[in-house]
Amino acid sequence: MNMTNAAIAEKGVGALDVKISSKGVDVYYADNHAIKNVSLDVLDHTVTAFIGPSGCGKSTFLRCLNRMNDTIDICRVTGDILLDGDDIYAKSVDPVQLRAKVGIVFQKPNPFPKSIYDNVAYGPKIHGLVADKADLDEVVEKSLRRAAIWNEVKDRLDSPGTGLSGGQQQRLCIARAIATAPQVLLMDEPCSALDPIATAQIEELIDELRSNYSVVIVTHSMQQAARVSQKTAFFHLGEVVEYGDTNTLFTNPEDKRTQDYITGRFG
Amino acid sequence: MLSFAVLMIFASSLVFFIAGRAKAVQSVNGAYATLHSRPSYHGMYSSLWALLVGMLLLLVVSVVWSNLNDRVLMGAVLDAAPDISKIDAELVLSDAKSIAQGNIASKTDALRSTLAQQASAIEGQRLWGSVIISILGALFAGLLTNRQIDRDFRARNRSEKLVTGVLMVCAIIAILTTIGIVLSLIFETLRFFNQIEWQWWKFLFGTTWSPLSGVHDGVLDADKVGAAPLFVGTFMITIIAMIVAVPIGLFAAIYLSDFASPRVRLWAKPMLEILAGIPTVVYGFFAAITVAPYIRGFGESIGLSVASESALAAGVVMGIMIIPFISSLSDDVINAVPQSLRDGSYGLGATKAETIRQVVLPAALPGIVSAILLGVSRAVGETMIVVMAAGQGANLTANPLEAVTTVTVQIVMLITGDTEASTAAGPAFTLGFTLFCVTLGLNVIALKVVRKYREQYD
Repeated sequence: MNMTNAAIAEKGVGALDVKISSKGVDVYYADNHAIKNVSLDVLDHTVTAFIGPSGCGKSTFLRCLNRMNDTIDICRVTGDILLDGDDIYAKSVDPVQLRAKVGIVFQKPNPFPKSIYDNVAYGPKIHGLVADKADLDEVVEKSLRRAAIWNEVKDRLDSPGTGLSGGQQQRLCIARAIATAPQVLLMDEPCSALDPIATAQIEELIDELRSNYSVVIVTHSMQQAARVSQKTAFFHLGEVVEYGDTNTLFTNPEDKRTQDYITGRFG
Repeated sequence: MLSFAVLMIFASSLVFFIAGRAKAVQSVNGAYATLHSRPSYHGMYSSLWALLVGMLLLLVVSVVWSNLNDRVLMGAVLDAAPDISKIDAELVLSDAKSIAQGNIASKTDALRSTLAQQASAIEGQRLWGSVIISILGALFAGLLTNRQIDRDFRARNRSEKLVTGVLMVCAIIAILTTIGIVLSLIFETLRFFNQIEWQWWKFLFGTTWSPLSGVHDGVLDADKVGAAPLFVGTFMITIIAMIVAVPIGLFAAIYLSDFASPRVRLWAKPMLEILAGIPTVVYGFFAAITVAPYIRGFGESIGLSVASESALAAGVVMGIMIIPFISSLSDDVINAVPQSLRDGSYGLGATKAETIRQVVLPAALPGIVSAILLGVSRAVGETMIVVMAAGQGANLTANPLEAVTTVTVQIVMLITGDTEASTAAGPAFTLGFTLFCVTLGLNVIALKVVRKYREQYD
C-alpha cells in the first residue's frame, strides 16, 4: 500500500494553471488574529496539503476558500482570494454559487437525515444539474462509485445515511460533494475519524479526483500529506512558514520550524 | 403554642448537631483522620433523629389527641341531650368550640357554655401534652443518638440512609396523590355509567346534553347525557387554535433560530415567552370583551350572522395563547440540529432557505411534532378562555361563528352551579376522565416522538 501511494505522489507536477490565488489574507475572530498575511497559490489538477500544529489556522484558511466563514458572525476576512482570477470576496459574488464551484468535506461526517440516495441527490437537485430521474440516478451512481462506496450501499439506497458506519458516512459525504460537480474540493481532515483501511480508500480516491479537480486537504498526519499531495504548505501560528513541492518540503525544508515539525520536535 | 414546639424542636436539633460534632472530635482527641465519619456527619445524624422524632410526635400526638377530645365532647353532648340528632349534635359541638376560642357561634345556651368550658380545658391539655411529648421525644432521640457517637460509629452511612428515606417518602407522597386522583376519577366514572345502566355509547355519541334535567326526580336520564356536542365543540376550538398557533409559532421559531441576529434574538425570545406568562383569565376576558365583539361586528359588516360568543373568537385567542409554547419548543429543537448539518448543506452551495426547508426542518420534525402535540393538549384542557368567550349552550354545530361549548366549560358549569355536588359529580368526573385520557394519550405520543428524536442525535 505504501509503495503504491508513494508512487502516486511521485507523479510529477507539470506546468499547471493557478486555480486559487490568495494575496495578503488576514482573518480575525473578533479580536483574535487567526490568519496573518497569507499568500499562497493553489494549482489546478493538484492535491495541496496544509499541515501544521493544532490551532495554527489551516482549517480557518481552508474555510476562507469557499467563504464558509461567512456563517460565523464574528469572523472577518481581509485580503484577496481569487478563483480563476475573480475575487471571491467581491460584492457581486454570491457565496451560494461560489460554494457550488468550491465544495467542502468536513472533518466529522455529517450526512443529512435522509436516505443515502437523497443525500447524494441533494446537490444536483438544488442546482438543477439534472434533467430527469434517469439522469439523477446516473449522477448518484457515478458519484457513489467514485467515492468507492457504491458496492456497499447499492442495495440499500433508500435506508438513512445516518445508519452507515463512520467511514462509510465520510465516503457518502465525499460522494455528496462530488455529485455537485465542483471545480475545487476542500477537505478538512477527512480521515481523522476513520480506520486505516477506510483512510487508504479515501487517499486513493483523493488521488483519482486530482484528474478532474483541484483538491486541498488539511491533515494532521504528515505521512498522509506526503502520500497524497504534490504541494504542501506548513502553517504555524497563523502564518505560512513554508510552501512548496511536497518532496522538497519533507526531504529538504528551508525553514528550521518546518524541519522541527516534520521531525516531530514540536506540535 | 404549636409554633413554640416547632421552634424548640429545631433549636434542640441544632444543639444536638453542635454537641454531636463536638463529641466526635473529643472522642479522638482531635485526630480527625481516625474518625470513621467526618465530625459534621455525627452531628447531622444526631440532629436529624431529634428533628424527625420531634416533628412526627408533634403531628401524630396532636391529631390523635384531637380525635379523642372530639369523642369525649360528643359523649358529653349525648349525655346532656340523648334525643339530639347527629347533625344537631355536630352543630352544638362546633358552636361550643367556637365559643371556647372566643369566636362567634350560631347560638349560645347553657349546654353550649358548659361544653365550651370543657372544650377549652381539654384543648389546653391537648396542646400542652403534645408540645411536651414532642419536645421530650426530640431530646430523647437526640441524647440516645449522641450516646452512640464514638470513633468507629458509621454516622455517614446512617445519616445518608436516613436522608434517602426522607426523599423516598416525598416521592411516594407525590405518586400516591396521582394514583388517588386517577382512581377517584375512575370510580366516579364507573358510578356514573352505572347510573345510566352502562349505556356508555349514549354518553359518547348522544347529542343532547342536559345532565341535570332529571335532578328533581333523583334520576339521571341516559338520553340527556350525550356529550357529543361538547366533544365537537372542544375539537373545533382546538382546530381553530392550532390553525392560528402552528404557523405563527413555527415561523417565529424559524426566524428566531436561523434568521434573527443575536441581538434581536436576545430580546425577542423573552418577549415571546412573556406571552406564556399571561394568566389565562386575562386571555379570557380579552377574548370576550375585545375579540368576540370585533369578529361579530366584522361578520355583520359583510352580511354574516355571528353569535356574540363564538367558537372563532375563543379559538383565535387560545391560538395566541399557545404560540409561545410551540415557538419556544420548536426553537429549542431547531437549535439542537447540529451546525455541522447546516455547514454540510451550505458547503454544497445550498441557500439558507433550501437548507432550512430540506435539511433543518426534516431533522427537527419529530421535536416540532411533539411541540404541536403538547400545544394540542394545552388547548384541549384550557378552561378560562372558553368559559368566557365560547358560550355555554351545548349545540351540535360545525359553524365556527356560532356559540359552542367545551368539555371543560361544562365541568365548570356542573361544579360551580348550586346543584348538590353528589348529583353533579357523576357527569363532571366522567367528562374529566375523558379529558384526562385524551391529554394523557397526546402527552405519551409526544414524549415517545421526542425520545426517538434524541436517539438519533446524541
